[in-house]
This record gives sequence, structure tokens and C-alpha cells, in this order.
Amino acid sequence: MKKAGVFIAFLAVASSVALAVASLDPCASSSSSKVVQLSLSLPPGLGSSREGDVRLGSRKGVEDKFAPRFDGLRFIEMLVTVSSSCRPLVRKKAALCLLRLYRKNPDVVNIDGWSDRMSQLLDERDLGVLTSVMSLFVAIVSNNVEAYWNCLPKCVKILERLGRNQDVPQEYTYHGIPSPWIQVKTMRALQYFPTIEDPNTRRALFEVLQRILMGTDVVKNVNKNNAVHAILFEALALENMTRMLLVSDVQDIIKSHQAQIIISLKDPDISIRRRALDLLYGMCDVTNAKDIVEELLQYLNTADFAMREELALKAAILAEKFAPDLSWYVDVILQLIDKAGDFVSDDIWYRVVQFVTNNEDLQPYAAAKAREYLEKPALHETMVKVSAYLLGEYSHLLARRTGCTLKEIFIIINEKLPTVTTSTVAILLSTYAKILMHNHPPDPELQEQIWSIFRKYESCIDVEIQQRAVEYIALCNKGAALVDVLAEMPKFPERQSALLKKAEVAEVDTAEQSAIRIRSQQQTSNALVVTDQRPTEGSLPVSQLGLVRMPSEASTQDQTSFQDEGMTKENGVITEVVPQDVPPADLLGDLLGSLAINGSPATAVPVEQRNQNLLSVVEATPEAAGPFTLTIVDNQPNSIQPIVNIAERFNELCLKDSGVLYEDPHIQVQCPLEFVNLRASRDVAVLDFSYKFGTAMVNVKLRLPAVINKFLQPISVTAEEFFDQWKSLSGPPLKLQEVLRGVKPLSLPEIANLFTSLHLAVNPGIDTNPNNLIACTTFYSESTRATLCLIRVETDPSDRTQLRITIASGDPTLTLKERIKEYLVNIPTQTPSAVVAPLQPQSPVTPVAYNDPGAMLAGLL
Amino acid sequence: MGIRFVLLVNKQGQTRLAQYYAEHLTLDERRALEGEIVRKCLARTDQQCSFVEHRNYKIVYRRYASLFFLVGVDNDENELAILEFIHLFVETMDRHFGNVCELDIMFHLEKAHFMLEEMVMNGCIVETSKSNILMPIQLMDKAS
Repeated sequence: MKKAGVFIAFLAVASSVALAVASLDPCASSSSSKVVQLSLSLPPGLGSSREGDVRLGSRKGVEDKFAPRFDGLRFIEMLVTVSSSCRPLVRKKAALCLLRLYRKNPDVVNIDGWSDRMSQLLDERDLGVLTSVMSLFVAIVSNNVEAYWNCLPKCVKILERLGRNQDVPQEYTYHGIPSPWIQVKTMRALQYFPTIEDPNTRRALFEVLQRILMGTDVVKNVNKNNAVHAILFEALALENMTRMLLVSDVQDIIKSHQAQIIISLKDPDISIRRRALDLLYGMCDVTNAKDIVEELLQYLNTADFAMREELALKAAILAEKFAPDLSWYVDVILQLIDKAGDFVSDDIWYRVVQFVTNNEDLQPYAAAKAREYLEKPALHETMVKVSAYLLGEYSHLLARRTGCTLKEIFIIINEKLPTVTTSTVAILLSTYAKILMHNHPPDPELQEQIWSIFRKYESCIDVEIQQRAVEYIALCNKGAALVDVLAEMPKFPERQSALLKKAEVAEVDTAEQSAIRIRSQQQTSNALVVTDQRPTEGSLPVSQLGLVRMPSEASTQDQTSFQDEGMTKENGVITEVVPQDVPPADLLGDLLGSLAINGSPATAVPVEQRNQNLLSVVEATPEAAGPFTLTIVDNQPNSIQPIVNIAERFNELCLKDSGVLYEDPHIQVQCPLEFVNLRASRDVAVLDFSYKFGTAMVNVKLRLPAVINKFLQPISVTAEEFFDQWKSLSGPPLKLQEVLRGVKPLSLPEIANLFTSLHLAVNPGIDTNPNNLIACTTFYSESTRATLCLIRVETDPSDRTQLRITIASGDPTLTLKERIKEYLVNIPTQTPSAVVAPLQPQSPVTPVAYNDPGAMLAGLL
Repeated sequence: MGIRFVLLVNKQGQTRLAQYYAEHLTLDERRALEGEIVRKCLARTDQQCSFVEHRNYKIVYRRYASLFFLVGVDNDENELAILEFIHLFVETMDRHFGNVCELDIMFHLEKAHFMLEEMVMNGCIVETSKSNILMPIQLMDKAS
């Protein structure tokens, strides 16, 4: 009964995991072995999730809580090692508990520290404990062989002991064979070790193996038979591994049976077929690859669906690894797609495209093949994708062959257009654009056809297609840009095949990597070498695409970048530091840094000069790069003055710390600017950034977002202080009141949010009227002391489009009210949650939204 | 590692005992899985191999009268060893119940679970000695 109670308690406790973990600690100190056993059963037992999801979550929780629990862990380690005091039952469970933890988190077990303990454990007499220890050993060794060499002789001894039936209690003998399971496990552990150096051990092991191999006969008793053969096969696996290392003849032997294996590929029993497939995959190498892959392709026609995907993947991998020549590889993959299109994942055809792109001689062949396939009536969609892509890129190489003029290619592809899904349509659109690009001398009919297709898709519901259509039409009108944008893809850098990664997908939290798999990974393969050439037009596509995306950019910018093109190649030594070319100080004049905050809240406003062209220019032509000027242009020059040394700033902008000019065209240089507010004003500083490239002058005016609310510091005041101030400031110009109409209805919390984002601290407790809002802030400036500003907003719940705003401050020139009014009245044109008001065409000094450089430039130019 | 689940199913497809290790399946998924596997195994003749590949693991099964013992294992597990393990399990039950039959398992399901749990822990075979396995169960019976 007691035991039953224990068992039931186990189940009950196991279902409330937090309790379980908590109970583990007190259990650690208790000496009652039953309780100890219970506590140890928990983690391994919890592995069997009985109730699905709920337990799933709680199980994971246990693992996480348990792993870092070091004292529990040490307790288990201690238990496992100390042989005398604990009952074998407890130690068995301890070993398995450790195994589970190890599976979850391999760092839990300190590998090196454990090798002594492990060898001690392997001396275990009790076979039950030995069984569990063996499992633990196999798991650890599968990950880390080197540290456990001293355990190797122990394993062999165990095998010997069991093989000779020495010292094995009767109960562990199964139909005359001493614990077959331990033998199997031990041999599996041995598989992980490479050749044994020590001759004694080796001899002993061979002896054991020999006895097993010789002594196994077919016996009447089925069970004994099976057990014996189980050990036999394990031994065979081991032996094969050993052989494979010492002698590479095994490969040849296997190859001689190749024909047999291929026949068994067609065997009615699916297990045999699977095995044959695995074997073929494993034994494939350069010599027989061609045959095997062709055989697989043949088989694909007749295979049942379950196997097709695996077949397709394996065939693709084999073809890639061992292809004698590339055109054969392309052939194979195209055939694969043709026959088993549904099962060919996208990775496979991406890989083909990569190869074709990287090998120029392959391109016309691939294109021709693609065209052949397109003539078939019923074509799989993936095939259409591949063919369209290949033809788009390389059809111009086929121009001279019969039946392959651009027009015909276009017609063929176009026939498939109605039959494909949206993702393929996207690819087809790109193909058409490329065809158009190659269309020299221009064939107006073809152009017209392609343009009409683009126009049709301009209003397509799918965003991707619509975007492509629109962009391609725009591109066509740009003329020269088309060629550069749609130029041939540069070569791909070498990457590990995504296919291989897929094929080796290992499952989480299950068996150790089998020794066989480890070995196969170590084998070298004659992989097709992907030529790794850095794209010659490296930086160009980037900068030009950058151009294309900013449609509002002035045409002058375009020209500069094209000049770039010609000059990027030169990357000469910079003979002179550019600032020396800078003209005298008056031109440079007012540079960066006009408004900065006085006192504590310093707002350094980083301004990113996001002008890529600038830097590429700087890098490319040091001789031709003209003088740079950075000026501040402003309506009222008085309020804005530079406070920083211009030349210094400029150097910082263009040079690295070492004094060398920036050479990488892709880096962005960030130049932090500090702003000090000299005086309250609604003016906005404008940074005038100009440089001369060759003979062209480029000028960019950037409005700096140093607006007045950046110089506010939110502050909370108590009610008395507030009302004091409020009463002391009476009437204009210090206290201004206005009724605003035409405001978008905002609830009070929304207004509060808006104010908070403007650095106005909302003080809730002061005004008792629930429809009013009080906010306070301090304004800091050079010329005035810190000024306290108080704002009261009164809303009318019945009519949300109007409100009365009262602002009081110590400074009559503070135009805060205007500013806030701006926000509240501007709100109708955008969502209330936005902070920065959008451009209003009437007010020229209104600040601009800086979210988008394109709009920024558009606003200025 | 090793064993993923143990199922006892009768010829009509009713599951008599199910024990899962390391597999995170909801109840519905389990039922679906059981149905699938059982159909496969029931359809096989006596001449066919006892090892079946299913998805990414193997199923080792053995038929005893009207009851099928199915064990799902990882791909790299030694199948014959598992086959013998099934037999060991049956022998253990036989020793305890005396001429075990399906009804015994149905009426004393908890005992069958106890036995299985003594033998397999977390997917690993942990105990193969019948006396060791049956000892706690015999103690329980004595005490009640």
C-alpha cells in the first residue's frame, strides 16, 4: 500500500510541476531512499508526456528550472558515483536523469571532469545500473570522443565479460545469452571511437567480435536467434566501420553489388526500397554517380508519392556533388523538375540558377535547354519559373539560333502566362523586362506587346506584381538606366548548399548522431566548385538602385552618379588632403552647430548625411573632387551662428581617425551636431551642404529638426505653485489665450499623449474639471534663463472640434503657443498619434517631417 | 533516444496500452498516429518483415495471438534488440500474471504500465532482469 501511495503521489506531484521542483530540494537532503527515488523519477518520468499540451509547457519549464539548479545536479552526480551507499535502483535513475539533462543542455555535464567518473561507473557490477550507464555513455561519447579514451578498454572488458558469460547473474541471461541489450549498447558506443591504438585492447576486441561472428548460428529458438543476430548485426556494423578506416576496399565491394542494389530498389517491400535508396546515396561517388542518378530519375516515374520527395532531394544532392560536368547537372535537374515538379523545392532550382550564373559557358546551353522544355504542352510551374528566369538572363546568347529570336521566346513564354500563379507571374514580368532590354535593334511590336502586359498588371491586386509592372514601365522610359538595372546578375559567392542543409536536418532532443552519419560527414566529396569571383560591378548596382528608388531626385544627381561609373574603377592614392582645396573662410562661413541647449538637458542631435553619392565621389576621384562647402543658410542670420570650428568638423566628416580619407563607398558617416538655442524663435536652421564634383556643383539644403520643443524640459509642479504662477502672469503678452476651431476631435488622453511627446509634462491633479488638461514645461535658452511655461487646455465635450488654450510664460517672445496651436490644428490632416506635423504649404517656416530623405529633398528642391 | 513509444493494440484496432516517450503529440495526433500505424501493421502478412519504416522512425512489431506489440524507435536503433525487448516484456508479464492474455492487461492496466516503466525510462532500456522488474510490483501486491 505504501508503495502504491508513493506511486500515486508521484503522479499527483508530477502533474503540478512547480511543486515538483520545489520538492526536489528538500529531497536532496533527505536520506530516505524512497523519497530520493521518487524525486529522481520525476525528470525522466516527466519525459513521457501524457497529457499533451499542458504538460508540454510544464515539462519545458522543469527542464529550464532544473538545469541551472546546480545543487540538484551535484547531488545526482554524487549519487551516480558513490557505489556503496545507494541502492542500484536509485543509481539507475540518477544516470538516466543525467542523460536527460545532458540531452537538453550539453553544457550541463562538464565533459572532461567526467571521464574518470565514467570509467569508474563502467566498472559497475550490477547489470541494471550498467544498462543505464551505458545509455548515458553512448550519449556523451557521441558528442565528444577524445575525452573518453580511458573508457575504451573498460567497454571491451564489459563485452568480454558478457561474451564469456562470466559473472552474469542468471536473471540477466536471456535465452542463454547474457544481456544482449548491454552488448548492443556497448558496441554502439565503440563505434564512435576511431581505430584503437592499444594492441592489447584491439586484440581483445577482435577476439570478442570473432566469437560473435563465428559463434552465431541459426537456432531453433526464435528468440535466441533474434537476440543473437541482434548482437551480430551490431558487431557487423562495428566491423564495417573499422574496415572502412583501414582499407578503402569496402567501397569497391559495395559497388560490385550495385546492380543488385538497383534491382532491390524496385522491390515491392517499401522498407527494402528505402534501404536501397539510402545505400545508393551513401555509396555514390564520382565514378558511378551518373548511373545512379539516372537510375533514380527513372525510378522517379514509378515511385510512390511518399518516396518521391526524398528521391528528388537526394537525386539533386547527388547530382550536385558528383556531377562529371555541369551541363549534365543542369540536364538532370531540369529533368527532375519536369518529372517530379511538385516535390522539387525552390532550393533546388535556385541552386541550378546559381551554377548557371557562375559558369559562363553553361549559360547558352542552359538557356537552350530551358527553351526546349517550354515547348512542352503541360509544364510544371517550377519549370516555367526556371525557364523564364534562365531565358530572361541569357536569351540574348541564343539570338542567332533558329527559333530563338527574342520575339519567339517572348511568345513562348507568354503562352504560359495565363496558366501560372502570382509568384511565377512576378518572375515572368522580370523576364519580359529583360527581354525588352535586350531588344536591339528595337522591335516596336514586341515593345508594344510587352508594354501592354505591363500596363495590364499595373493595377493588379497583388502588390508584388503591381510594383514590378509599375517599376518596369518607369524604367523603360528612363532609357539608359534600364540596361544597367537589368544587367546580368553578378556571380554568386560560394555558399553551402541549402540542399545539404535540408537533407541533414536533425531532430531536436532525440538520439545522438549515429556514428555512421558522423563518418559520412567527414568524407570528402567532389563538390562542384562554385567560382567565387567578386562582382566586378560591385558598388554600382547598389547605388543605382538607390537612385531608382528616389524618384523625386533632381536629374543632376543622376548625372553625377553616371560619371561615378566611369571613375569608380580608379582608386588611386590620395595625394592631397581635400580640405586644403577648401576656399577661404568666408565661403565656408557659418557651418554646423547653431542651436544648442544650455545647461542640463543637452540635446545632441545627430544628423546623418545620408548621401551615398557623396562618399563614393570622395573615394573615387581624389584629383577631381572639388572643394566642399558646408554653409548654413537662414532667413535671419542673426539667430544662427556656428559655434564649432568648421575645418575641424569638416575633417571629421571626411576622414577617418587615422587621417586617411574614407575609401569605402558604402559607409555612412555620422556627424553629430550640437545645437544651442540662443533665443526663442520659430526659425529653423538650414544646413547648406554643397560640393563640387568635377565640374558639376551639387548643393543640398537640409532643414535641421532643431525646433523649439526640443528645448523644452517637462516638469511637474504642485497645485499651489501652479496657481501662484498662473495668477501672477496676467494678460498678454505673457499670458495668451485663444480659442481654436477646426481641431480634429481628440480625447483628453490623446491630447495628453501628444503633449508628452512634445516634452510638455501633463499634470493631472491640478485642474479639477475633467475636461481640462494642465501641462508644464521649462524652456532653456542661451539668452533667457530657464522659463517656466504653463498651459491649460479646455475642451468642450459636446463639440470636440474646438478647444480653448491658455499659455502663460515668463517670456513674451516665447512663441510656444503658436507651436502648440500648429500641432493641434494640423492634426486634422494626419493621425493623432503622429508627433511631427506634416508640411503645410502656406507656412514656409513650418518644420518638415524627416522620415524620408526623398521627401526631404523634394521639400527643398 | 531509442524508443519513442510503445503501443499494445488488438486485432480490431483498439489500443490497450500506450506509452509515449519524448514525443510531444496532442491527444488527437496520437489517435491519428495510432490508427495509421495499426492499419499498416495489421495489413501485413506473417511472411513480411517485422520492421516497418514510418515517417522518420521505425516501427518494430510482433504479434502475440490477438495482440500486436508495436514499438516505435529511432532510425539508428538496433531492431532485433527491440524485437527481443518486446519478447522480454511479454515474458515478464507472463511471469507475473501467469499465462498472460489480453484480458489480464485490460484489467490490470496499471500493473502493465508499472512493468513497462521499470523496463524503459525516457526511451532507454534500463532494466532487463525479470526479477528486478517484478520485485516492486510483487511488494505492492503483498502489501495490499
